[in-house]
Amino acid sequence: MNKTIIRLASMIGWMACAGPVFPDPALIYDLGQKYDKSFNESAFNGAERWRTETGGSFREVQLQSEAQREQAIRRAAEAGDSPVVMVGFSFGTALATVAPDYPDTRFVIIDMVVEMDNVRSVVFKEHEGSYLVGLIAGMTTESGVIGFVGGMDVPLIRRFACGYVQGAKAARENITVIQNMTGTDPSAWSDPVKGAELALAQIGAGADVVYHAAGATGIGVLKTAADSGILGIGVDLNQNHLYPGSVLTSMIKRVDLAVETAFADGAQLETGIFPLGLAEDGIGYALDEHNAALIGAGARAAAETARKQIISGEIAVHDYIQSDSCPVQ
Amino acid sequence: MTSLPRWADTALVPLFSLALSLMVAGLMVLWIGENPFHALGIMLKGAVGTAYGWGYTLYYATNFIFTGLAVAVAIHAGLFNIGAEGQATVGGLGAALVCLSLEWPHWSLALPAAVCGAALFGAAWAAVPAYLQARHGSHIVITTIMFNIIASALLVYLLVNVLRAPGQIALETASFPPGAHLPTAHEILGWMGIGFPKSPPLNISLLLALAGCMLVWVLIWRTRLGYEIRTFGFNESAAIYAGISPFRIVMTTLLISGGLAGLMAINTVMGEAERLLNNAVQGAGFVGIAVALMGRSHPVGILLASVLFGILYQGGAELEFHMPAIDRDMVIFIQALVILFVGALDNMVRFPAERLLAFIARTR
Repeated sequence: MNKTIIRLASMIGWMACAGPVFPDPALIYDLGQKYDKSFNESAFNGAERWRTETGGSFREVQLQSEAQREQAIRRAAEAGDSPVVMVGFSFGTALATVAPDYPDTRFVIIDMVVEMDNVRSVVFKEHEGSYLVGLIAGMTTESGVIGFVGGMDVPLIRRFACGYVQGAKAARENITVIQNMTGTDPSAWSDPVKGAELALAQIGAGADVVYHAAGATGIGVLKTAADSGILGIGVDLNQNHLYPGSVLTSMIKRVDLAVETAFADGAQLETGIFPLGLAEDGIGYALDEHNAALIGAGARAAAETARKQIISGEIAVHDYIQSDSCPVQ
Repeated sequence: MTSLPRWADTALVPLFSLALSLMVAGLMVLWIGENPFHALGIMLKGAVGTAYGWGYTLYYATNFIFTGLAVAVAIHAGLFNIGAEGQATVGGLGAALVCLSLEWPHWSLALPAAVCGAALFGAAWAAVPAYLQARHGSHIVITTIMFNIIASALLVYLLVNVLRAPGQIALETASFPPGAHLPTAHEILGWMGIGFPKSPPLNISLLLALAGCMLVWVLIWRTRLGYEIRTFGFNESAAIYAGISPFRIVMTTLLISGGLAGLMAINTVMGEAERLLNNAVQGAGFVGIAVALMGRSHPVGILLASVLFGILYQGGAELEFHMPAIDRDMVIFIQALVILFVGALDNMVRFPAERLLAFIARTR
């Protein structure tokens, strides 16, 4: 009895001094490196921006195995963190198991839909942005051959490829799009040498614009494009500055924005499905001083028109995931 | 060179190596500005201080027991199977196919079937390197590690194109039917009236792993086949002279080894995730090598080493969670130090220990 009272008292004391008035948010990275030049890093950038702007603090968790997904979400919720933000579609099943146990905690999952009362699902319409860069590539190419280098061969990346081909065909009916995936395991995200090889092969087949959706592998693609005097297209972040004058544009996916917004919305954020596309500025293409001279007036106007038409629904870009297939090749 | 007494070989040397590695890790923790004793406290409390911690520690240990046994059986025949990673990956495929194939009425029927599936697929994945080694002398260190890569590629191909639930973006199969749900520690202990937290993934596979330890002990030290395996491992020429077929021993040993590695999937795929995932093995096959070396290829040693690595995994996760200065890379560094000292730098402790014991014996 005494022991119970002491334990209770110490628990209350602990909560009084250690329990924050406003809970801290938490960020759980996907398996793999935190500085992956792709979405983990983008998520971190968003969280960092929130930290410098608000002076707040957040917890970050990196994983070492699949079993730790559920564990990490649970631990963050138990520690009183809210919102708990996780990046990557692989968290879906784990979150669906954990979320009902912590009804007062808000969860945010990026790249996946989990329909629950206390979960915000942020999904990106990568096909829309890829359509626009495909359109620009189609209007820029002289040879009529363009390339795509994907990272790991997963449905998400096929969505990028499919949008890109649709945009290119809209620009030029008889265009040839060479598609290659770097590999079938996670190392495909971090293999710039292989990326360079694939880009070289595509250039050899006549490609003069190459788009990558391959994380750090894509750095090799962009470098090869620059070295060979053709144009590359960046992804996720604005990569125009990497090889100024050789990167036609970048397809921007604002994972950082999703994380920053979630952190700023705080412990009582609105839940539901938040699709981020062109209309929400969660997806876009980069236009800055580095590529202003590369995109012709015609391509720029066409891309702007297409952007408005996609937003208004006049152009419907097919999403690979919806049918597990792409209508164009 | 004097050899050590049994107690020193099995207990003193590993424990001393472990202490050394923790000391070096402690210095690293000190160097980044944290209190090493506080860190060690968090690790131990997180891993073995609560029922919740034990639930995770033993879950990880279960994986390492299977892969550790797989490596150890091969070591007894002088074969270095570093393909447990791939064999466990393909074993997962076998277990998943069995679980998804029927509406299983009860786990007690699904478990034996899935055990067969996982072991068969794991063994089949070891069969090709085994045949190439036995017939053509292609070294299994090379072939098995290549088969790891092929296994991962095969799994991703199947998950993307064949087994993935339609319209699902994640690389995973549909969830297994409820009849294939293995009893968790929470449920088993609940039947006995003992409370155990619900969330840790520890399940009945641990008992399977313990049974595996027993069977491997019986196989290696109490059967004719085990005797042949050990003879072959000690001296191949002598084994051939004694009428033991090298082809048969290499094939059988590696098939058993692959089967044991495949069984790991019962714990991760069937017990924890209840669906086939892309990253279910996540390095456990390689930890199995460290576990087998540290456990001196003996089931009891493997059991203890597995629990130690379970503690490092679970304690490491807790450490990262509670000490922001220590990130995942630091945790992996500490785990690597333990492997380095206990596995690779064994002689650094062994030789001085031999000399010391010899000296004590002389002075007496």
